[in-house]
Amino acid sequence: MQKASPASPMGYGMDAEQPYIEDVVRAFVVATVFWAVVAFLAGVYIALQLAFPALNLGLEWTTFGRLRPVHTSAAIFAFGGNALIGTSFYVVQRTCRAALWGGPVPAWFVFWGYQLFIVLAALGYVMGYTQSKEYAEPEWYVDLWLTLVWVVYFMIFIGTLIKREEPHIYVANWFYLAFIITVAMLHIVNNLSLPVSIFGAKSYSAFAGVQDALTQWWYGHNAVGFFLTAGFLAIMYYFIPKAAGRPIYSYRLSIIHFWSLIFLYIWAGPHHLHYTALPDWAQTLGMAFSVMLWMPSWGGMINGIMTLSGAWDKLRTDPGLRFSVTAVGFYGMATFEGPVMSIRQVNALSHYTDWTVGHVHSGALGWNAFVTFGALYYLVPVLWKRAGLYSTRLVAWHFWLGTLGIVLYITAMWVSGIMQGLMWRAYDEYGFLQYSFVETVAAMRPFYMIRALGGLCFLGGALLMVYNLWRTAQGHVAGQPAARAAAAQPAE
Amino acid sequence: MQFKHATIERSAPLLAVLTLITVAIGGLVEIVPLFTIESTIERVQGVRPYSPLELAGRNIYVREGCYVCHSQQIRPMRDEVERYGHYSLAAESMYDRPFQWGSKRTGPDLARVGGKYSNEWHVAHMIDPRSVVPESVMPAYPFLARRPLGAGDIAAHLVANRRLGVPYSEEMIASAAADLAAQADPEADTTDLLKRYPGAVIGDFDGDPKRLTEMDALIAYMQVLGTMVKFQGVTPADLKQ
Repeated sequence: MQKASPASPMGYGMDAEQPYIEDVVRAFVVATVFWAVVAFLAGVYIALQLAFPALNLGLEWTTFGRLRPVHTSAAIFAFGGNALIGTSFYVVQRTCRAALWGGPVPAWFVFWGYQLFIVLAALGYVMGYTQSKEYAEPEWYVDLWLTLVWVVYFMIFIGTLIKREEPHIYVANWFYLAFIITVAMLHIVNNLSLPVSIFGAKSYSAFAGVQDALTQWWYGHNAVGFFLTAGFLAIMYYFIPKAAGRPIYSYRLSIIHFWSLIFLYIWAGPHHLHYTALPDWAQTLGMAFSVMLWMPSWGGMINGIMTLSGAWDKLRTDPGLRFSVTAVGFYGMATFEGPVMSIRQVNALSHYTDWTVGHVHSGALGWNAFVTFGALYYLVPVLWKRAGLYSTRLVAWHFWLGTLGIVLYITAMWVSGIMQGLMWRAYDEYGFLQYSFVETVAAMRPFYMIRALGGLCFLGGALLMVYNLWRTAQGHVAGQPAARAAAAQPAE
Repeated sequence: MQFKHATIERSAPLLAVLTLITVAIGGLVEIVPLFTIESTIERVQGVRPYSPLELAGRNIYVREGCYVCHSQQIRPMRDEVERYGHYSLAAESMYDRPFQWGSKRTGPDLARVGGKYSNEWHVAHMIDPRSVVPESVMPAYPFLARRPLGAGDIAAHLVANRRLGVPYSEEMIASAAADLAAQADPEADTTDLLKRYPGAVIGDFDGDPKRLTEMDALIAYMQVLGTMVKFQGVTPADLKQ
């Protein structure tokens, strides 16, 4: 290890002439909470549509086919995206001891530009403008807009890294940077298309059939790998050490984790196309790399969880940290389940079933949402300059309600997915297929209801969080009358 | 000189460039050969570009997000082949922009649904799925039968596809609007249409011969799905190259 350059300024604390830009981070926090509720609400609604099809309402704008991308985009890009951009702006300033490159204007452009992207995308889905590529549904005009916003985001981020006052780039920023660069690459390539007319929304993909399929799942799997994994690992690498008051468990493990994760992840896409018309060699490569990916994933999990060694007692007193650590546990579970499901013979059963949906949600709810909740419970008191949260009891309620919701959700989907897969391949004693397709649909129904109940629990917990964070931002403390809380502020 | 990771950690541009190289490798190795290895797409007879009405119907299929619940990709397992038909070939979706293989079967696979149900069944099923399949959880699409097919720019759609490599001829583009109307009109002379698009299903799909609706287009698309390749004479050896 080299020593920190003696030329670097050693005075910690911020230069008064160049304060951190926090307004825009606060705006991202508000947007994250808002879109979380939208995403969970949409999820509960479409879950109920599968149990009660009358909820499709017979209208073109409210069918499951059009609302499902509203849910997935709201969850991944609106809730997850705002959490990632917002925390990255917060983390990069503090770990570089430098204000955002370019000042507040480009940062606010990224904020409003990104919200516009979300609204344009969602309006498009409801009105039927879609490329039909999962998690890349927005049409060409929305894609172009997002590209512009993303370039500005990249410039702010790398500009801030370059002008940093710290000798080293902190590990969380490696992950944020990989997230920004890789998402740009995936977004641009997968969305290459030709509009029918410059004045119309419709476009045709630059790729067809089997090539289109692999390009899409190269994108789709790495939307998981770099949006929902690398970006959120950056959150883990900053907020868990902060909340625990301990340094990251292992610096060496961070390096191995980073490079092996980003190298291996990109190969895993073909496991979405097992037994399809994709050539076998590509399927086998995808499977092999997916299994290898288990190792760096667990390396990261170990690095996150072991950061608490010597500070485990904080789990009792800091319920926000409880979210973060449970999230890393779910990350470990989902990144074990993923490689298992990527094995061809397992995939033969799991593919096309609810098992996949359950797997995605153990990651999305257990890992992405929980680690974000942990960061939000840490950030709001800091950003609004409050001594603490309004109520830690409400955080505990949120935690248990959310956990119960996830358990209901994923167990229902395991049972229904494995059951459906087995029913599809069941033969009777005469050698005929035992079940018609629609019998398997009917068998799903109780599990769809349990899943919706799980989603409701998760939504309920999130609403408790909204209330708690709102009261925190107001400066209220549970159990204290508002007047006393106000009186505790310094007199003006 | 001994390598130190600190070198990378101290330079944002270096970290960015190395990251880009690291994440580019996997995609390049897996995707580029699909365009260069000839055996990726089987050489089979019969796969043709979609007729204008089928293409318009396909765009409705995409618009409504049917792929969210229906796959179009039959895997080569015994139960799938018995339930749905011959496993899907890459060649069968070579003109599909975008592909519609799907990832979830909340409803059954549709790769070979063409010809399996009558037009009347499809119309009834789209208007009220539970009238023909009581346990179905599919949304109802009654508006498809009401709405006239807006395909005034269908020739431009063919042109866009041709620019991307779909072999639509000048003749196909010139007669796109006429072909679109003729395919849904049982009275029309469809000799040339069938020459251009062999095996296209002709008829009044939605049960209302006076109007050309979105329902006509969608069912025309569904009735051609999986029917282009005739598997009777094909042996596995034929598919190998």
